[in-house]
Amino acid sequence: MTSTVGEPGVIALLGITAPGDGELRRLHDRLVTAADEDGILDIGYTTIDSPVGPLLLAATGRGLLRVAYQNEDHDRVLSVLASRISPRILRAPQRLDAAAREIAEYFAGRRTTFDLPLDLALSHGFRQLVQQRLPQIGYGHTRSYRQVAEMVGHPTAVRAVGTACATNPVPIVVPCHRVVRADGSLGGYAGGPAAKSTLLALEAA
Amino acid sequence: MTGTKPPFEAVVAEHGGTVLRVCRAVLGPHPDAEDAWSETFLAALRAYPGLPADANIQAWLVTIAHRKAIDITRARRRQAVPVGDVPEVTRPGGAFAGPGRPAGPGDPAAGDGDVWAAVSALPDKQRQAVAYHYLAALPYKDIAALVGGSTEAARRAAADGIRNLRTAFAGAAAKGADR
Repeated sequence: MTSTVGEPGVIALLGITAPGDGELRRLHDRLVTAADEDGILDIGYTTIDSPVGPLLLAATGRGLLRVAYQNEDHDRVLSVLASRISPRILRAPQRLDAAAREIAEYFAGRRTTFDLPLDLALSHGFRQLVQQRLPQIGYGHTRSYRQVAEMVGHPTAVRAVGTACATNPVPIVVPCHRVVRADGSLGGYAGGPAAKSTLLALEAA
Repeated sequence: MTGTKPPFEAVVAEHGGTVLRVCRAVLGPHPDAEDAWSETFLAALRAYPGLPADANIQAWLVTIAHRKAIDITRARRRQAVPVGDVPEVTRPGGAFAGPGRPAGPGDPAAGDGDVWAAVSALPDKQRQAVAYHYLAALPYKDIAALVGGSTEAARRAAADGIRNLRTAFAGAAAKGADR
């Protein structure tokens, strides 16, 4: 007997063992708490709404690891985190409380700098160096790719600066949107040109 | 080797309900079942990076849940019998906490008590074989590895168990129709 469809004993068993309302959500929360206490929640994430669309926020125990726009496909981003950092990933909004609050304040015009620990484990070498220095471009200001190359002491590495900006794992918080072309045009952006101009307009207001 | 495994969140979303059903079928409608679920997924999260990418995740989770249910049953017996350990014997309802939970929101509807009574009356092996095969689609070969005995014995235990439940279900339905 392998067919279970319509088997009364199985129907009865399914009926009496069914999870109650909200039960799996409570168990999930309990798992997140226990995993965090045991130090095995390698990555916690949440999604928040923003004027530039839903944002995925992900953090390790060391700090904010990833901010991703919807057009980057949040499921795909989580898969990349699973293979590159760790598959021990759970939805854990409380780990992102501070990041979510600061980003909301930024979009409300009440915050000009971020005060969040970052985990730049997704980038290395020159890219990470550039990303560490980008916060030096102040709120409401812009720099060209060439100016950023000079800022990090590699004046000829203009294209590499472009790559570092394009691969910034924590956009908005690390302000790669403040890097534009020398002719004043926007240049590329992971969140799309509309998101970049929204951020620049917000900061210019 | 980590391979390309889904984020653990996807594992919980896909298998959380099935594992809870299995824990509940084996341990009864009791907080022990939720404790077994929690311990199963915490242990699974811990071991997840080392799991081969092509592993049968549901079978792996059921295997962990089986062991956690045994741990919880043993702990419960130690608490229940403080005057020294009684040698473990296989008896009907041995691992089962029984339908003693007070009614609350989301609880099984009236009449389910008859089915729980039948579930609790099953010998442990029958109840485990039914839960693992019919709720979690675990192959009989894997069930035999968990509960002991041959593949054929596991198949028989599941068939006998489901027949007993069917009878109880018919009884409960008849009683419900009388009301």
